Amino acid sequence: MALSELDRRLVAALQSGLPLVPRPYEALGASLGISADAVREHMARMLESGLIRRIGAVPNHYKLGFTANGMSVWDVADDAVDELGARVAALPGVSHCYRRPRRLPGWPYNLFAMLHGRSRDDVQRQADRIATLLGSACRCHDILYSTAILKKTGLRLRDDSPALD
Amino acid sequence: MHSDDGTRIDRIDQRLLERLHGGFPLVDRPFAAVGEELGCSEDEVIERLSSLLAHGVLTRFGPLFQIERAGGSFVLAAMAVPEERFDAVARAVNAWPEVAHNYRRESRDRAGACAPQGCRRGGAVAEREPELNMWLVVAAVSAEAAEQVLRRIEADTGLGVWRFPKEREFKVELKLPLAGVADGAV
Repeated sequence: MALSELDRRLVAALQSGLPLVPRPYEALGASLGISADAVREHMARMLESGLIRRIGAVPNHYKLGFTANGMSVWDVADDAVDELGARVAALPGVSHCYRRPRRLPGWPYNLFAMLHGRSRDDVQRQADRIATLLGSACRCHDILYSTAILKKTGLRLRDDSPALD
Repeated sequence: MHSDDGTRIDRIDQRLLERLHGGFPLVDRPFAAVGEELGCSEDEVIERLSSLLAHGVLTRFGPLFQIERAGGSFVLAAMAVPEERFDAVARAVNAWPEVAHNYRRESRDRAGACAPQGCRRGGAVAEREPELNMWLVVAAVSAEAAEQVLRRIEADTGLGVWRFPKEREFKVELKLPLAGVADGAV
């Protein structure tokens, strides 16, 4: 599935978020030259197809007191990683959880689970629970704490991106 | 509570954040609909959201796109940047609009932190030098476009970029346990 022309225009119009006005879909439609109904119908389809994951608020964890952010990485046996990854993802405190390729010899970890807490001790406790859950399927792990946000802009589409057409 | 810059988040803000994690209604007057659920007016919902955004408590309000569904690509990548070049490399990397996120990270090896069943902390890579201390996410319209940016970053900085594309996604949502965040919340 490629982005349609309308998908692309909607993504561009929504780059900085939904307009904070009583009738945001009408405002969007006005800027795109279509009706509010057409905007809503199209966004509903984008939700259904998964192109829109959700419509809502994206909090800044730091401002809400979740100042400890640890990327926990685990070397999990290949034949167990998919089943265990799904269970790790269900633990509280885990936001993102992915299987990724190892980069040997320096990087033996194939399961990444992002942990959030009010302190590093919180994050460490979450990691301990993961270690217990993984048991002997895990050979080693590490936690990489973020110490600075160097950039956080989210998705930006270039207007001249040819691949969108 | 007061956040680090003194931003005050009250109980209504907390409920608003919880309600607006997702599922913002696709109706004619969505802020009024949310206000009705929470017992406040349309104006108040809009004002509170504006204020939360202005104070940086929210980084965004609106749809979150999953560009992979349209051929787009998010790639996690990491670099081992020498300390004396860190700021300059960060500037060069961040200059790419495709770099959506960039974090400085440090590994805290604490031996024995993970005792049960021999799941060691660190160990295998303890001697890694220098460590992967810059972690970026490249968001591009295609896997090829993402790869192109990563190659240009390698060429510009003369540093290796380790690619960690996702092979499987188990979860991509953060629902913060907000209970207790607001002033006076029980």
